[in-house]
Amino acid sequence: MSLFAVEQLGISFGGLRAVDQISFEVEAGEVFTIIGPNGAGKTTTFNLVSRIYDPTDGRITFDGEDITRVPPHRIAGMGIARTFQNIELFDNATVLANLLLGRHAHASTGVVSNMLFLPHVRRAEIAHREKVEEVIDFLDLQAYRETLVSGLPYGVRKVVELGRALASEPKLLLLDEPSSGLNTEETDDMAFWIGDIQKDLGITVLMIEHDMNLVGRVSDRVLALNYGRAIAMGTPDEVQSHPEVVKAYLGG
Amino acid sequence: MEGLQQFAQQVVSGTAIGCVYALVALGFVLIYKATEVVNFAQGELMMIGAFLAYTLIVIFGFNFWIGAAIAIVFTALFGAGVERVVMRPMVGQPVFAIIMVTIGLGFLARSIVSMIPGWGVDTYSIETPFYGKVVEVGGLVLSQDHMAVIVLTMALVAVLYLFFRYTRLGVAMQATSQNQLAAYYMGIPVKTVFSMIWGISAGVAAFAGLLLAPIAFVHVNMGFLGIRAFPAAVLGGFGSIPGAIVGGLIIGIVEALAGFYLPEGFKDVAPYVILLIVLIVKPEGLFGTTTRKKV
Amino acid sequence: MRFIFKTDYNQDIRLFKHGGAVFWYALLIVALIAAPLVLDRYLMSQATFVFIYAIAGIGLMLLSGYTGQISLGHAAFFAVGSYTEAILLEKGFPFLLSLPISGLLAGAVGVVIGLPALRLAGIYLAIATLAFAFIVEEILARWESVTNGTLGMLVEPINIFGVELFREWHLYYVCLAVLVLVVLGAVNLLRSPTGRAMIAIRDSEIAAQSMGVNLAKYKTIAFAISAAVTGLAGALYAHRLGYISPEAYTILLSVEFLLLIVVGGLGSIHGAVFGAIFVIVLPQIVSILKGYMPSQIAEQTGIDAGIFGLVIVLFMLYEPLGLYGRWVKIKLYFSTFPMYRKATFKRQKSYTKTERLR
Repeated sequence: MSLFAVEQLGISFGGLRAVDQISFEVEAGEVFTIIGPNGAGKTTTFNLVSRIYDPTDGRITFDGEDITRVPPHRIAGMGIARTFQNIELFDNATVLANLLLGRHAHASTGVVSNMLFLPHVRRAEIAHREKVEEVIDFLDLQAYRETLVSGLPYGVRKVVELGRALASEPKLLLLDEPSSGLNTEETDDMAFWIGDIQKDLGITVLMIEHDMNLVGRVSDRVLALNYGRAIAMGTPDEVQSHPEVVKAYLGG
Repeated sequence: MEGLQQFAQQVVSGTAIGCVYALVALGFVLIYKATEVVNFAQGELMMIGAFLAYTLIVIFGFNFWIGAAIAIVFTALFGAGVERVVMRPMVGQPVFAIIMVTIGLGFLARSIVSMIPGWGVDTYSIETPFYGKVVEVGGLVLSQDHMAVIVLTMALVAVLYLFFRYTRLGVAMQATSQNQLAAYYMGIPVKTVFSMIWGISAGVAAFAGLLLAPIAFVHVNMGFLGIRAFPAAVLGGFGSIPGAIVGGLIIGIVEALAGFYLPEGFKDVAPYVILLIVLIVKPEGLFGTTTRKKV
Repeated sequence: MRFIFKTDYNQDIRLFKHGGAVFWYALLIVALIAAPLVLDRYLMSQATFVFIYAIAGIGLMLLSGYTGQISLGHAAFFAVGSYTEAILLEKGFPFLLSLPISGLLAGAVGVVIGLPALRLAGIYLAIATLAFAFIVEEILARWESVTNGTLGMLVEPINIFGVELFREWHLYYVCLAVLVLVVLGAVNLLRSPTGRAMIAIRDSEIAAQSMGVNLAKYKTIAFAISAAVTGLAGALYAHRLGYISPEAYTILLSVEFLLLIVVGGLGSIHGAVFGAIFVIVLPQIVSILKGYMPSQIAEQTGIDAGIFGLVIVLFMLYEPLGLYGRWVKIKLYFSTFPMYRKATFKRQKSYTKTERLR
């Protein structure tokens, strides 16, 4: 029984089949990468998984549960966290506040007790803070705790967003182009972190990536999409040399 | 039969006032589409246009049409000037701050107009060529003023449509409102276009003021009508020009009918009740489209 | 420059970040408590107005400044608070019961208007709240059996356990106490999950949702709290006026509240208080300035509104971060002297930034 599976997943925007009959399974503990040319339906697949879009057909299962119709805000609580292609952070809040928001799925205190800041709220806050500090240590964000996100360079924001996702203690981490906009050095760091996330934290990773070097370094298995359809699946090397994939990238 | 006639009469006068709402709403929509600013001073632009026309036509004794044309041109220039001096430095600021600026401008405009000798806080009227005349259509007695408003509004909308559809400048403005950055890269002078859109919008507002003058009066607070044109713009979907027209007409007619058939008080709130109902059922307005941020 | 060495997670969630802050806030409270000894009746009444506006400002700030939902209809919640208070007191309710009920009822109305608002954003929401405010204004004027219509209602004085509090300084202390409680509640909210969820909704709805924030729930909460706090302010306002009628609760009041939070500084509780001081003090300054103007100008009726408008425009053009932003800059200037860089707070301007999509 795999951790995460999509079966015959599909969505249409008007007449366009953005995602068409895609099926794949992600085993617990692996790094599974989706590649494909622009407009292949990769981010749409992510948006379907994190329930921002409603699929027109197909099924999504996670951890033995059907999540095809689960409301989007419950996804994080079930153990799926994500990052975004163009970074969706809370710009006018500090890094610390952003990471603490990552703990929201675990927040159980009520509004009234929040307003009174009762002792159990304080205890919960300190517990959240401890978890967040672990993430800060893991990603070397110590220097930026109190900085507003709007004042951070792009590369750091990317890491903060990764941190926010990690703070929610996910079982499955969705990374939408983790290396986009990063320089070689930062991409290297990202590769190490993804490796550590898989090995040390034991989190399953599902990612979209264009940088084939990074894909080859970290992925266990790769799925290639084109025009919303799956065209190849296998190890990074197998997929890269697959004739359909070569054709999709080089045209023809 | 009499009841039906009364009904038709109300619909016509509602349509006339609705045309004015539609034009003010059109002004909102033009500016919003291009610059994402909601101009809360749109009603005041209308008021300034009406006062200019009053000054030219009544005080200086110009011919109605010439006076009206000059008033529209000057209001348009004024609108463009406001964009250049006040709004342009605000580009990139939060929408909140920009809305507050336009509210502030509205206060300022009312205050200044009320202090200008010869204008002040009194009410004035402008004699139009149609004043007091009526036409009879199939047993309906319709005032020419109302008919003129409807015909002139249709004419203006047609002119605007042709302008946006077929002229280079109009197409450039449309492009700018769809994607500022892309328009900029294609060599459209985005900043100048913004000024022009404010100018056009102010001109349309002045036109609305002229149309309103014979139905209502010229007064320093006539700009508050702008607040009633908001529901019109939102009803139509705020980004849609045909939507603004239809929204204006709906509000005008509903208001007239509510004023005639329902107890006192309903006339004033009817547009807002309609607005809330429409928004609950269809949050993007009648003609709006939902757009979602891509992530 | 002050460096704070943190040794404990608790330190970050404390109300006061360092001992100096405790000292200054304590001093402020003592000064406010002692103030009635030296203030004359007029100044005291102005201070009471500042407290009331600050409470309402915090209410609106939570919704607009922190959750990012624009409201042009807060005068309506304010009015609901005022009228509930007046009506309940007339029916013989004790003040300690009527005040919270006024807040709760305004909060309930907030939920009702918040429900359609869940699907609305930006300008649609602003106009919907505006529409709602007009409807409430009309109801106040027309529902004569309850509100006494345009004639208005007398508000009975505050009565706590049989003691009538009718003097100026009584109300001063009541309002101060409510303000302090509201500030504490708001600050607590903001350092807890609820407040963070609100800020998250303001900055990115999609990300907030993906991290587990139930948008509908938290927007409704924000509306409810905001309306309730504004309703409390409205109830106190009724006492301050002693006599209420619908024309006190027009769109102009909503604009004034909006001005308050924008001038004060969006997204800060300090801002709400600074803004309240500004909104109350501005007319005083205008009337002083009038003394120096030629009488032809000073006697014009439109001059007050004109200066009001001019101040808004100039403020937005030159200090869009509000009074609180200015305060932070001045503090930073002195604490980093002579290293302060003028561009520290400069915002990046952009062509493409759109708020149509969220």
